[in-house]
Amino acid sequence: MQVPAPFEYERATSVDQAIGLMERLGSTARLIAGGHSLLPMMKLRLANFDYLIDINDLHAELGYIEPGPDEVRIGALTRHRELLESAGLAAAFPIFADAERVIADPVVRNRGTLGGSLCQADPSEDLSAVCTTLDASCVIRGPGGAERVVSMEEFHVGPYETTVGDAEILIEIRLPVRPGGGSAYEKVERRAGDWAVVSAGAAVWLDGGAIVDARVGLAAVGPNTTGIPEISAALRGREPTESLFEQAGAIAARSCDPVTDQRGSADYKRHLAAELTKRALRRAVERARS
Amino acid sequence: MQVTMTVNDVEVTREIEGRLLLVHFLRDVLALTGTHWGCDTSNCGTCVVLLDGEPVKSCTVLAAMAGGHAVRTVEGLAKGAELDPIQQGFMQCHGLQCGFCTPGMMMTARALLNTNPDPTEAEIREAISGQICRCTGYATIVRSVRWAAVHEAAAAARVTETTESAEAGEIADAGQPAGSVA
Ligand SMILES: Cc1cc2nc3c(=O)[nH]c(=O)nc-3n(C[C@H](O)[C@H](O)[C@H](O)COP(=O)(O)OP(=O)(O)OC[C@H]3O[C@@H](n4cnc5c(N)ncnc54)[C@H](O)[C@@H]3O)c2cc1C
Ligand code: FES
Ligand code: FES
Repeated sequence: MQVPAPFEYERATSVDQAIGLMERLGSTARLIAGGHSLLPMMKLRLANFDYLIDINDLHAELGYIEPGPDEVRIGALTRHRELLESAGLAAAFPIFADAERVIADPVVRNRGTLGGSLCQADPSEDLSAVCTTLDASCVIRGPGGAERVVSMEEFHVGPYETTVGDAEILIEIRLPVRPGGGSAYEKVERRAGDWAVVSAGAAVWLDGGAIVDARVGLAAVGPNTTGIPEISAALRGREPTESLFEQAGAIAARSCDPVTDQRGSADYKRHLAAELTKRALRRAVERARS
Repeated sequence: MQVTMTVNDVEVTREIEGRLLLVHFLRDVLALTGTHWGCDTSNCGTCVVLLDGEPVKSCTVLAAMAGGHAVRTVEGLAKGAELDPIQQGFMQCHGLQCGFCTPGMMMTARALLNTNPDPTEAEIREAISGQICRCTGYATIVRSVRWAAVHEAAAAARVTETTESAEAGEIADAGQPAGSVA
């Protein structure tokens, strides 16, 4: 029987009250959202904290999807299932539904949250790859109501490490909306509901048949879910063609940094990075055109 | 710490440790051992219970997190001596062999039919995809849930017809309900 080491449980009644608690308790305290990454780690004693602060009662405050003309705002406590079922989100960014369909399983998706996924900062986290692809900004609130907004690149400091401080909470993700956009997500896993062997997200913006901008985000092939600026540079201003996708795939394979493990060899993962980048770009372009 | 929650419509209050998992609260503190516990890694789904009506893996939820909420376990499926259509379906269609995965499967199926009374085979397979059965190969589980869906719909139609005819002043014979149950 695996059980976490002893800790004190506190329940947050508001974002600012949670921040106050964390300010007082410091690094011995941790937030718990869905708990589906944190509790498995605590059961294995890979993580130990003296206090857990449950933020699930803040769902009314932090669980929302607000599509707007310039950006879509999503509260950090929005659950996987809500992301999967949101028609507004699927219309603006079909990549979310693509990814959510292959994240864990429906029962886990009932609990896990967007904020928990990003803050876990696991290099294989699918939603981190999605948010990197979409050039998301993260809104972090600290003591005294102070808020700062950081890019995904700044958000992830390293594997399992984010820029969110001991007395801070990630409260919102903002996704910029631009005209002519399309997006898609491709993942290879060993079995249904498993973490990615490799996955790739792609977003493109077209104008008059040419690519105005494009972004690719990869998961499970480096210390972070990486965005690849070289791909964006190679695609900008070009007509979307198979050979261009091929070229983007080659850059993806070259730019990533996979390791050989039980999920596959580094070579196999590089091959997947190329192939999945190609497929995701192809589908993103199809969607941008329709 | 003290926790109060509703389990199968009964309010319970207990003194617990913060680290106690919901699955152990149900099994060890409340002696509701119908909820099984199989993997510790949130993968097998045998510990699934309903939390405010939604299936959750109770080995990955703190008992404290369920405080103030409603939990339903397999013990809370039947209404007195009357089995839930899901339970009847598993009996009729041989939805189990050893029965280890069965409570979790039935809870997920109950939640599915509550929101989607007429699920396709693909929808049923998707709903239980986070749960492992080492015995039946899923075909009979899927058939059991379909059985429950069909019979639940037929029973609901019967109730509506009976009420309507009663309202129309006719004699409603509960023993000989109108409508086919095929
Ligand atoms: C069986 C299984 C399969 C899975 N498969 C996949 C998969 O295929 N792909 C995938 O991407 N994920 C997968 N996951 C992970 C799942 O999506 C997690 O639920 C998610 O990664 C974490 O979200 P959570 O809300 O449960 O976070 P928690 O576990 O509650 O928290 C994770 C971390 O984030 C911190 N945190 C949470 N919210 C905030 C916040 N608002 N501000 C600051 N810090 C915060 C916590 O303190 C903790 O350190 C799987 C999980 C399980 C159990
Ligand atoms: S015991 Fe909970 S998922 Fe296996
Ligand atoms: S009936 Fe034995 S595990 Fe499913």
